[in-house]
Amino acid sequence: MNKSAISDWVLFFGFAAAILTMPVWLAPFGANYPDLMQKFAIFGVFAIGFNILFGLTGYLSFGHAAFLGVGSYTVVWSYKLLTMNIIPGIIFAVIVSGIFAFLIGYVSLRRSGIYFSILTLAFAQMSYNLAYSVLTPITNGETGLQLTLSDPRILDSMAGVAVTNSVPNPSVFGIKTSGLPGFYICAVVLIIGFFIALRITRSPFGMMLKAIKSNQTRMAYTGFNTRPYLLWAFVISGMYAGLAGGLLAVTDPLAGAERMQWTASGEVVLMTILGGVGTLVGPVIGAVVIKYFENIFSSFNKSELHQVFAALPDGLENVVVSVTSMFVGKGWHLTLGLMFMIVVIFLPGGIMEGVRRVGRLFGIGKPKTLKPASVATTEQGQANG
Amino acid sequence: MDAILVQILNGLDKGAAYALIALGLTLVFGTLGVVNFAHGAIFMIGAFCAVTLNRLLTLSTKVRDESITLFEAFKEVPILTTKFPTIGPIIVDYSVPLAILVAIPIMWGLGLLMERGLIRHFYKRPHADQILVTFGLAIIIQEIVKHYYGANPIPQAAPAAFSGSLNIGALFGLGDNIVYPWWRLIYLSFSLFIISAVFAFLQFTTFGMVVRAGMQDREMVGMLGINIERRFSLVFGLAAVVAGLAGVMYTPILPPDYHMGMDFLVLSFVVVVVGGMGSLGGAVAAGFLLGILQSFASMTQVKAIIPGIDQIIIYLVAVVVLLVLPRGLLGRKGVMED
Repeated sequence: MNKSAISDWVLFFGFAAAILTMPVWLAPFGANYPDLMQKFAIFGVFAIGFNILFGLTGYLSFGHAAFLGVGSYTVVWSYKLLTMNIIPGIIFAVIVSGIFAFLIGYVSLRRSGIYFSILTLAFAQMSYNLAYSVLTPITNGETGLQLTLSDPRILDSMAGVAVTNSVPNPSVFGIKTSGLPGFYICAVVLIIGFFIALRITRSPFGMMLKAIKSNQTRMAYTGFNTRPYLLWAFVISGMYAGLAGGLLAVTDPLAGAERMQWTASGEVVLMTILGGVGTLVGPVIGAVVIKYFENIFSSFNKSELHQVFAALPDGLENVVVSVTSMFVGKGWHLTLGLMFMIVVIFLPGGIMEGVRRVGRLFGIGKPKTLKPASVATTEQGQANG
Repeated sequence: MDAILVQILNGLDKGAAYALIALGLTLVFGTLGVVNFAHGAIFMIGAFCAVTLNRLLTLSTKVRDESITLFEAFKEVPILTTKFPTIGPIIVDYSVPLAILVAIPIMWGLGLLMERGLIRHFYKRPHADQILVTFGLAIIIQEIVKHYYGANPIPQAAPAAFSGSLNIGALFGLGDNIVYPWWRLIYLSFSLFIISAVFAFLQFTTFGMVVRAGMQDREMVGMLGINIERRFSLVFGLAAVVAGLAGVMYTPILPPDYHMGMDFLVLSFVVVVVGGMGSLGGAVAAGFLLGILQSFASMTQVKAIIPGIDQIIIYLVAVVVLLVLPRGLLGRKGVMED
């Protein structure tokens, strides 16, 4: 086993341990309740998948939320028609969103750059608008798709699950998937997803994707047809998004069209950027940070702010509170926008880049000078490309 | 036949708004090479210039309501009408057109500020970075507006003189069913005026010539000793003014709210791409084309044949155009093809 393979395993086990011990180390931050941790894991999956496309190939999709929505709808339909067991639903979600991604990717990948972004945005907006209007029989329009008592649930009734007077909860072999067990399900999926992403990144296929990002024309000249690789990357990242959407429906069995809106697509872009594009752990960190801040900031209100700044003199306190109140509660998107800009302006590599810089400051991490000059320049080229 | 004509008319004013926003987007893109996702927010700020002016003009005091004699009743009356009983109500009535005068310097200043403060530092960064930073800026602008004006749409009235409709059918002897609201007609003519003014400016002035040359080959213009960056920052101001005016005049048609910019931005980007990145004529043509197509698609007869077509027509057209004509309708070679 060579050195990089060992460091990969270290990375993987470190990651798995960090995710599984979340309930412990998130406690000091007041973020260790299951609903929030579920979101961390789910959006981590979403962001990892998005990074396989954007981070490796450089193709910026603005329509990934469509796959998230498709995944959610699929799982809820599987609850309604087949069984409350989540496993068939999750499998279907991945398959259906994969097919969906194949169709959209096949068309969108004919173009690159901003045209690709606009095409994916167009497809996602189309799906969103249709889900709201014509497809109401499938999506239940504005209300969102919900479970009802009269659902057939064929497999469940064949297995002789007793029909009760309340809507059943989604479960996996008898364990309810809400609360802490729900978090562990999402966490396991996230860890598996991370492992697959790690293998993809290190595989020849991943190298091919990185080569496409660095110079597609050169790839074409060396005789590679880049489109199948891109299409596979697109489908895989669409499957990840569908999986994340499915998990959303696992922890909370409903699906709404707003999950497909382009702001949701923008959110996953932000998570990836914030964490660090092209890095393995970065997108997950980005997802955790954004969901954490969303939760913390949006729950603050004015009276709490007054408590926080109570030490200040009264006049100053009022000024400070009125300024900060713009950034919290309903105005939390303002903080989000600000974070977005600051990261893009000052730290284009995201949090991972920041960590690396701090590490270099203290002399930890690989010093650049040890690398042969040619390798260093190609990496530079990749970073710019 | 009548119905078709009505739909064309309805599509024209929406198309005019798309065309104005897309024009600014294309100008910025063609000259600065920047993909500006905050352009919709500029449109929205323009609309809120009209709202703000209206609020300022109608600052009210409480006055005893003389019509109610049973008890002491008060009503809100704009100070302007009490101070100047003859001219005051007219000024309030015309607050939307008057807002144009206010909006021009504000949008110009804002455009320059944005360019100098932010956009300038992103010329050499990849398009993805430009998209992201301007997207963040758009969110910030939206949230600030939401903080001060609330989340609900704020209806604005067109001047009373233009509140009716023009019976175009009777004018041309086509039947009485074809009516067109005056204000939409004014919006259409206003947009056509602005569009021709921008084109004339680029075509017939030295400044415009330099800008066009810069759009063709920035490096060469720089080598000829012209400070192209300075001119381009003025172009950004111009684009902001165009979008802002589009927003001001659109307020009586669509009550402005804080996310109207994003709604229009997505569509305008589609318009720009359909028209062809970097082609001004293409942006205008595609704006009107998509506006008209959209209003056709929302006809009940069309919806009966293809359900849901009104929701997706613009995106569908974009997909088809991009796949059939990769450069858009009138796109130039070599723009955004890296």
